Amino acid sequence: MAAVDAPRIRQERRRTAWRLGLWIAAAVLFAGLPTVFPSGTALTTMSLMGIMIVFALSYNMLLGQTGMLSFGHAVYYGLGGFLAVHAMNLAIGDRLPVPVIVVPLVGAAAGLLFGIVFGSVSTRRGGTAFAMISLGIGELVASSALILRSFFGGEEGVTTNRARLLRLFDWNFGPQLQVYYLIAAWCLVCMVAMYALSRTPFGRMCNAVRDNPERAEFIGYSAQAVRFIAFCLAGGFAGVAGGLAAINFEIMNSVNVGAAQSGSVLLMTYIGGTGSFIGPVLGAVLITFLQLMLSDATEVWQLYFGLLFITMVVFAPSGIAGILMMHAPLWRARVLHRVVPAYLLAALPCLLGLAGVSLVIEMTYRLTVKANEGSAFRFLYQPVDAKSAVPWIIAALLVIGGFWLFRRVRPIVADAFGEAMLVARRKGWA
Amino acid sequence: MLELVSVSTLNGLLYGMLLFLMASGLTLIFSMMGVLNFAHASFYMLGAFFGFQLSHWLGFWPAFVLAPLAAGGIGALVERYGLRAVHRHGHVAELLFTFGLTFVIQELVQMVWGKLPVDYRVPPSLDFTAFTVFSTNYPAYKMFELATAIAIFLVLLAVLTRTRIGLIIQAALTHPNMVAMLGHNVPRIFMLVFGVGTGLAAVAGVIAGPALVTQSDMAALLGPILFVVIVVGGLGSLAGAFVASLLIGLVQTFAVASNASLAGVLGPIMPGAPAAIRDLWDVTVAQVAPVVPYLLLVMILILRPAGLLGTRDT
Amino acid sequence: MGMTAPALELVGLHKSFGRVAVIRGVDLQIEAGERHAIIGPNGAGKSTLFHLISGRFPPSSGAIRLKGRDIAGLPPYEIRRRGLARSFQVTNIFPRLSVFENLRCGLLWPMGYKYAFWRNVDRLVELNERSERLLEEIGLADRRHLPAGVLTYSEQRALEIGIALAGGADVLMLDEPTAGMSRSETDQTVELIRRVTAGKALVVVEHDVGVVFGLADRISVLVYGEIIATDTPDNIRRSEAVQEAYLGTARHGEGAR
Repeated sequence: MAAVDAPRIRQERRRTAWRLGLWIAAAVLFAGLPTVFPSGTALTTMSLMGIMIVFALSYNMLLGQTGMLSFGHAVYYGLGGFLAVHAMNLAIGDRLPVPVIVVPLVGAAAGLLFGIVFGSVSTRRGGTAFAMISLGIGELVASSALILRSFFGGEEGVTTNRARLLRLFDWNFGPQLQVYYLIAAWCLVCMVAMYALSRTPFGRMCNAVRDNPERAEFIGYSAQAVRFIAFCLAGGFAGVAGGLAAINFEIMNSVNVGAAQSGSVLLMTYIGGTGSFIGPVLGAVLITFLQLMLSDATEVWQLYFGLLFITMVVFAPSGIAGILMMHAPLWRARVLHRVVPAYLLAALPCLLGLAGVSLVIEMTYRLTVKANEGSAFRFLYQPVDAKSAVPWIIAALLVIGGFWLFRRVRPIVADAFGEAMLVARRKGWA
Repeated sequence: MLELVSVSTLNGLLYGMLLFLMASGLTLIFSMMGVLNFAHASFYMLGAFFGFQLSHWLGFWPAFVLAPLAAGGIGALVERYGLRAVHRHGHVAELLFTFGLTFVIQELVQMVWGKLPVDYRVPPSLDFTAFTVFSTNYPAYKMFELATAIAIFLVLLAVLTRTRIGLIIQAALTHPNMVAMLGHNVPRIFMLVFGVGTGLAAVAGVIAGPALVTQSDMAALLGPILFVVIVVGGLGSLAGAFVASLLIGLVQTFAVASNASLAGVLGPIMPGAPAAIRDLWDVTVAQVAPVVPYLLLVMILILRPAGLLGTRDT
Repeated sequence: MGMTAPALELVGLHKSFGRVAVIRGVDLQIEAGERHAIIGPNGAGKSTLFHLISGRFPPSSGAIRLKGRDIAGLPPYEIRRRGLARSFQVTNIFPRLSVFENLRCGLLWPMGYKYAFWRNVDRLVELNERSERLLEEIGLADRRHLPAGVLTYSEQRALEIGIALAGGADVLMLDEPTAGMSRSETDQTVELIRRVTAGKALVVVEHDVGVVFGLADRISVLVYGEIIATDTPDNIRRSEAVQEAYLGTARHGEGAR
């Protein structure tokens, strides 16, 4: 027995070492990022990314791991944040010796508690019914937020001041750099915890319930109980993210528990990819970046997000991580370079089409909502007048040409990928 | 008091029937295709904006007919070229597709008509007082809305019980996997059902637009209530959707009209009570009205997890 | 009746869907160590009977006793926890989990890990050894990392049975375990079933007459929701009533080899 299992044990040890190495690399990366990107904007962006990574991973405990589509996950994020803000104000007012670094625990407790309360009602049913109920509970909390003004602070929200909490050594967590490190540390801890959770008996049964809740019941598990526990734990981690947000922004308002925030975390997680652990991390980083960048570049950025999301649902339901995973065998077989020319070729029609679509969107916007500001604007550094016919013709040509070229190029890409995959398979990597 | 009760009952019935116009289409689509159309309220909004634009160009009556057709046509196209492509990825992907669609439709509406309410008015031919209840003048337009909703309800009932396609739909409602076995052109039936369902929502939009505010957030405001209706009624049950529509319509209308509060009933709260309790004490029922459908949802789920008339487990 | 209760006992079991009575009064006793086959024409209610016993539907009336305790109307997971496992006629696996993971999930509750979210599954030595052994036994060792959804039909059938076998329940119910398998796969599967059910109770629904007569200690014949005979294979073979009601038709119809 031992002799047979020796290679397997060795393989398992190697994997553990590899995983440990990855986590250390992540820690080093988190610690080193401020040295590479020291600007104020970069620090705020990276802090926000850290918060969103925790939030998106907690969301994926539901969607990706357990197959529960929630439209109200911001409830636990927001309530975690509100209780964290109130806890901070309480600590400041009563001069309690509480350092800011433990404040996310308050968020975790709040998220967990509300997860238990609302989860007991909503996890009785899975599938579409669960999705609708999560939406209803989200709306319940969001509209209650406008009634319970003393807790939610009405339209303005509730503010706090993180620098007035107990100092730790000579850190008061006033400067953004110190907040970044606090968020990075919590983010790493939560990532490790959520990863470990997915590798426990409970985590595996979450996957089983996602795949086939009926059969799960016939191997001894109550699908409802699995959903409930997953829901509570996801609520707890969302609460940590909310607590971190409270520290970072020093303000919470009713928007944070609302439908837009719930939709945003769904978008991040799905676009990043629900099928693997790294997906939501990628999604949180990318979407946070795009949100900040696009909202500077265009006023109809939400339309672009909607279109991006729909495109992903139709063409790449496994998300960015899924697309990357598809290429893992090619990478291992060292044939990835073979698909690069075809991909570059495919990039051209995509970019042309994208330019055409966004030109149409921007020009329409100029002619309707912004009509009183004149029809002239700059698009890709070029002056454009939405009232003349030329840019419309160019836009039409870009869209049609891009589409036509894309139809031409698609088989080439498929062939290149297929051939590379064949080689990888022959080398035993797929 | 009697005046308040009778006017609120009428308004509640009207609101309930409008909800049912939308909930019926949503239920039909869900029962037959297994897709919960998250963007259903967006088609209601499209109906209102198309109604506004077309009545601006052609007058109210042509708009009343054309706007639902246009919105339903868009619905059918969405099914044909969007949903059908997503179908093989499963119901979650379909739901997410329609979820993304709500973003896109809302942004497009904002792009074309802006974020402020548009001036969608009651047509002059219906702008008079139908009758007077005690001292309240009840507008004819509301009676027209109610009549339209009831008429469509009756047509729907007749189609479902008297026609061949109605029988197929009924079979699909009770046995969702049966449609494919009936040997009909299933894709075309799906496209039709989606088009008609979204068209019905657009009818609600066209007739409710002038009475309510036609604005780009109207879908986001109504959508969640619509989902409450079909969950409370029982997913997939048309009768349940009908009962829940009227129930929520009436409850919410009465709540809005009521100025009662705990403070009003029990007297002012003692000084020194915690702020959170004071909030609850002083709030009027009218202020709580937006929360009422969701409270109802939670209560129903505790008492009857499958909804009022729901039998099917999803 | 002896001192110990039968492994599985059905008393006056009825089930109606609306006005249609599908199970119309079934009484049956299966002792520990007995391999019991249920045969009958299509539509006789065999699968419904399985669903009633395993908790998928509650019975309309009657009692189901597992080792002497009434389990009628309990949810499936409670029944599994009390020691009754089953497989399905229509393959019912976890398609996105790996083959190995499917089996390991089947072992989790019986081995007492319940909802544990503080232990690493890869470090649970006995769990992994038992999953490994089961994987060998159902002959899918070279498929261990594949998602179960991409297996061939007969491989999925083997996995289906593997999940039911995992955890060694006292009463095992298999719904057409060899459907869709080749002759040699069938022989292997029968051999496996025989081995793992030694000393335990087995209830099997099967169309393959060879399997039924080779495996079963006793056979019940279910026709239109009623058991018309329960006896040894030899007596069943000789019974005229059975010949008429079932075997006669089966000889000309599907299932007979």
